[in-house]
Amino acid sequence: MNTSENISSSETETAPVVPCWSCHGPLTAGLAFCPTCKAVQQPASVDHFIRLGLEVNFDVDLSALDKVYFELQRALHPDRFATRTTKEKMYSQAQATAINDAYETIKNPLKRADYLIHIKGVNVMPDGCNLVNDPTILMEAMEVREKLASAETISMVDAIANDARAEIKDVIAGISLAFKGDDIEGACQLTTRLKYLTKLLGEVRQRRTQVS
Amino acid sequence: MVTLLQIHEPGETPEPHATKSELAVGIDLGTTNSVVAISSEGKPEVIRDNDGSALVPSIVAYAPDGSAIVGTLAKGLLLSRPEAVVSSIKRLMGRGVADIKSLAGQLPYEIESTNSEGMVRLKVSGQSLTPVEISADILRALKERANERLGETVSKAVITVPAYFDDAQRVATKDAARLAGIDVLRLVAEPTAAALAYGLDAGAEGLYAVFDLGGGTFDVSLLRMEKGVFQVLATGGDAALGGDDFDHAIAEYFLGQRTGELHEKSFSADEAKVALMTARLAKECLTTDESGEWVIEARGETSRHSLGRDELDLLIKPLVDKTIKICSNVLDDGGVGIDEIKGVVLVGGSTRVPLVRKRVGEFFGREPLANIDPDEVVAIGAALQAEALTQGSDTLLLDVIPLSLGLETMGGLVEKVVHRNTTIPVAKAQEFTTFQDGQTAMSIHVVQGEREMAEQNRSLARFNLSGIPPMTAGAARIRVTFQVDADGLLTVSATEDSTGINAQVEVKPSYGLSDEEMATMLRASMEHAQDDMELRLLTEARVEAERAMKAVESALKADCSLLDDGERDAIGRQIDVVMAAVRGNDRDLINAEVENLDSVTRPFAEKRMDKGIRSALKGVEVKKLDT
Ligand SMILES: [Zn+2]
Repeated sequence: MNTSENISSSETETAPVVPCWSCHGPLTAGLAFCPTCKAVQQPASVDHFIRLGLEVNFDVDLSALDKVYFELQRALHPDRFATRTTKEKMYSQAQATAINDAYETIKNPLKRADYLIHIKGVNVMPDGCNLVNDPTILMEAMEVREKLASAETISMVDAIANDARAEIKDVIAGISLAFKGDDIEGACQLTTRLKYLTKLLGEVRQRRTQVS
Repeated sequence: MVTLLQIHEPGETPEPHATKSELAVGIDLGTTNSVVAISSEGKPEVIRDNDGSALVPSIVAYAPDGSAIVGTLAKGLLLSRPEAVVSSIKRLMGRGVADIKSLAGQLPYEIESTNSEGMVRLKVSGQSLTPVEISADILRALKERANERLGETVSKAVITVPAYFDDAQRVATKDAARLAGIDVLRLVAEPTAAALAYGLDAGAEGLYAVFDLGGGTFDVSLLRMEKGVFQVLATGGDAALGGDDFDHAIAEYFLGQRTGELHEKSFSADEAKVALMTARLAKECLTTDESGEWVIEARGETSRHSLGRDELDLLIKPLVDKTIKICSNVLDDGGVGIDEIKGVVLVGGSTRVPLVRKRVGEFFGREPLANIDPDEVVAIGAALQAEALTQGSDTLLLDVIPLSLGLETMGGLVEKVVHRNTTIPVAKAQEFTTFQDGQTAMSIHVVQGEREMAEQNRSLARFNLSGIPPMTAGAARIRVTFQVDADGLLTVSATEDSTGINAQVEVKPSYGLSDEEMATMLRASMEHAQDDMELRLLTEARVEAERAMKAVESALKADCSLLDDGERDAIGRQIDVVMAAVRGNDRDLINAEVENLDSVTRPFAEKRMDKGIRSALKGVEVKKLDT
């Protein structure tokens, strides 16, 4: 992975050497295991992409993501440290927690978009992109909600869901393009729309249980 | 270039040091029956009694002096000495008095009504006992069974809990184990344990649903299984729905018939108990038979009751409907369509009921798997996990938190902090501020559940944050972090961000035991509490010593050239001293010698750090020259 090397190499040059808590020998800050004594270390404070060894990109190959996630958890999950010292248990829990956090964020397109906008320097956390003053979304949301409330059959509800799903696909493609063109504002706009559509799907699900 | 997160080469995975001869078992602590199993070299085996039975009825009989009888013998006393026998205690684990009111009339035991807060207490044989103590007696019996069979003392176990157990119920289970002198390696969700047993047995791959209907709890979990990974995608259930409820439905029907037949206005508690036992018998018979007739004898009066399969199905239909509805919700939560499910696994004795099997098969559109005994599969999975945790393994279990964790906010509303079905371990932080000038404390109410109002959810704890530096209103930034560990247990910590001061967190568990209560119980109920505690500390000291020696040995291997012969000898001698101490039983000596090892190797560590920093600098310089 050439691109990821480029991204992290600047970090690597400056990554300080710190002592391992267990054998007290030198170790590059951020490593999960001491290269000398193999003791698990405290998790590094790095972004979610670096933590999973992925390039900072909105487009993610989900099966590759799963692969690296499972590989990391296989090595760092607390189940691997059940008979170890208290400190090793503690660090493994912190590592596994950080990996889960990174995975949950990157796996989900909406969370991934919000997070990416955030690390691109636009402070949108903790709530993420939320340009609710967009009057077109507000109007549309009202109309769709009315339509949903008056949907009396499963197939009517499903039709609304299918429309939303199709649009989610388009919006995700749009977000990807926006990031490629470094159009953070555009990405944020579309992410707000994705948020609205995701919420709509939740409401559709609820309505579906009422109708059936 | 060095990637920041470099994990070790395959094959180099640090294997946990299996402490020799320390056996770890798997325990399924069930509502109706419990099972203990052990696995070695990947071959699990359920531990049976002399009659070949694996099931230990989760029933405890108490003598007036407090001594307990567990299992089949206790079950035999259920009718003759009802005031001395407790069954289905799992239903009360982690429950408060208020919860129990909704179960009133269904419970076959007397609840102490004196305390309205905290943990429920039962009156049994003139004693006042908590569900934790009663469960501890069951666990002791299981431990005893394992000890006898294996000829060694078992002190470690994986214990299973219903996936849908909340924090309070999990804590209660872990407390019970502690009282029984069992070190809990991990609490594992029952359906996940079952999946482990199936997955490793049959090499299952793809999406699977585990339908687990026990005596008192119902769980359904949706898992992705592949190449040794068991990833729970969603879980749902009802911690108070099980085969017991089938029995109650049948018993009610019988009692209705009986009061009509005998022209009674009401029925006594004894009659209810007999009716319940008869109902259970009827349910079991109708698993294979199409119909049958039963007799209830109580208060010197006999009544006759016939029941057919169709009538039984009608009686339990609303309960089975409930389980199917939950299955549908879980698929929805996991974002998975029914056609994507590759298999359905049946777990729990209540899945033997024909209507349950039929409806599950219909819903998922396929014949459910039940080739491993549904009563034993959970304990088998737990035993496999116990072996994996102590001997090392490539299997990975990724479980989720079943119910959202939240905080009570203004107006009694809940703000969710950790959402259900999030993979554990997980940590989430929430920021608060003060709303009064100079405010130095605030109280926080943590709840678990999906409802909108705090009072509709399970109250887990009330925290008092104190020691907040006095500031103007709204200036303090208090970060409260919720950490859920791999057992699904919550801990809370808090910091004031603008000053970095740690606010003290005072935990008052809503339905749990306080530390003092726990300490008192440990002292009172365990003759060997002291020995047990000492043994645990000794083990911890040994584990720490092993780690310290291993660390020094690896350092010597890597950087031996930094030392002269004299220094090397000194370190070698101290390692020998630590090793000798580890072989002994003096915990203080072990700790002291580990500390001595640390001081003997300190100059060595400094030299290694110097070398490391120098070579890192050199690396940077070379790079700079290159560019
Ligand atoms: Zn080290």
